[in-house]
Amino acid sequence: MSTYISIIIAAVLTNNFVLSKFYGCCPFLGVSKKLDSSVGMGLAVVFVMLCASLVTYPIYYAILVPLEMEYLRTVAFILVIAVFVQLLEMVIKKLMPPLYKTLGVYLPLITTNCAVLGATIMNIDDGYTFGQSLVNAVFSGVGFLLAMVIFSGVRSRVDDAEENTPHMFRGIPATLVAAAIVSMSFLGFGGLGQ
Amino acid sequence: MTYVYPILIFAAMGIVFGVLLVVISKVFAVKTDSRVKEITAALPGANCGACGYAGCADYADAIVNKGAAMSACLPGGGGAATAIGEIMGISVSAAAKQVPVLHCNGTCTVTKQRFHYDGIQTCAGAKRFYGGNGTCAWGCLGYGDCAAACENDVISFVDGVLHFAIEKCVSCNKCVNVCPNNLIEMRPDTKRKVDILCSSQDKGKVAMQTCQNSCIGCMKCKKVCKFDAVHVVNVHAEINYTKCKNCGLCVKECPRGCISLRK
Repeated sequence: MSTYISIIIAAVLTNNFVLSKFYGCCPFLGVSKKLDSSVGMGLAVVFVMLCASLVTYPIYYAILVPLEMEYLRTVAFILVIAVFVQLLEMVIKKLMPPLYKTLGVYLPLITTNCAVLGATIMNIDDGYTFGQSLVNAVFSGVGFLLAMVIFSGVRSRVDDAEENTPHMFRGIPATLVAAAIVSMSFLGFGGLGQ
Repeated sequence: MTYVYPILIFAAMGIVFGVLLVVISKVFAVKTDSRVKEITAALPGANCGACGYAGCADYADAIVNKGAAMSACLPGGGGAATAIGEIMGISVSAAAKQVPVLHCNGTCTVTKQRFHYDGIQTCAGAKRFYGGNGTCAWGCLGYGDCAAACENDVISFVDGVLHFAIEKCVSCNKCVNVCPNNLIEMRPDTKRKVDILCSSQDKGKVAMQTCQNSCIGCMKCKKVCKFDAVHVVNVHAEINYTKCKNCGLCVKECPRGCISLRK
């Protein structure tokens, strides 16, 4: 049980995917303008991470390892992730058209989002059991969601203060500085749960 | 075998995932209105945004789903509007083609420079430096911000003042928005023929000194007009186009030659 708790704390706080490992910065900066689109993006990543781990773990241990094909895991995992992203895109387009519109190009970009691939590969590298890997995947996604939500709040404040921002810092530079500060704040969780 | 297994396994995975995606795409198929595609094809595809939507596809979607006006496409003009009308099953009257006109006639020969300007060679830059280096603060600065903004090579310079190749113009309004002196106006191509080619609101004596082609607010055009269409506001002639009959009397009467009549 304590392993699960430490996995959760590590995935959400201490080793947060975006803010500590700098995976998945593209949607983190791209879709965090509004709270609802960042929540949608975060949930999409949680879903894709969970489904991808659910499938990649058996594929790795049941197919790739017995046949000594471990070196092909990146290709195999990307294939699985791409399938789930495509699937998710069709489902969202059908069921939630406004969300589909706000996520735009960032939705297919989850395919090559290193956070998702990172989560599935870390499951293998860290020697997790199947259950542990699922927990790790879900809470890595939750960590991504948390970072997105926090940052969308920070970003709306930064945008509101655009009048007071020096001219050359307006827009992307101020956003990147804000992202750096949020990332620094997550350093405070270092050592937690060990 | 080392080479065969990977190929077989990836082929198998590909087939399984492919079938899965096909099934899902059938289950979650989204019905799109075929008219949206047809209208997008009928539009010019310039994606200029003159209609007020993000692009041609967005405009087509707005026509079908939000009841947007069918005649809003300026580059497409009458042809596009009729085609859209046919697709939607409604007859529409086309938006008149809009063409640009420059409200300044201050060529190099009739105005002078107040000083030599060596700063950033754009109209916006020159305008910020004491209102530009021409004697007339209202007129064309001549650094070609509009020509740089134009994507269709419509704008060229003759004697330091713009010349528009109207047949190439797609009415995108980019030149209108970029001019720091607001000298360019879009006007309908057909009905409106009389234009005031000056924007100076300087008083008569000053206007006379700064430019030979300036409007000096002498009221002659107002007096000669039989339709009460010309008025002088802020020492500057203005035409009310709902009353103007394109008779051309004011054009002949103007002592400064700053009213033009197009054929």
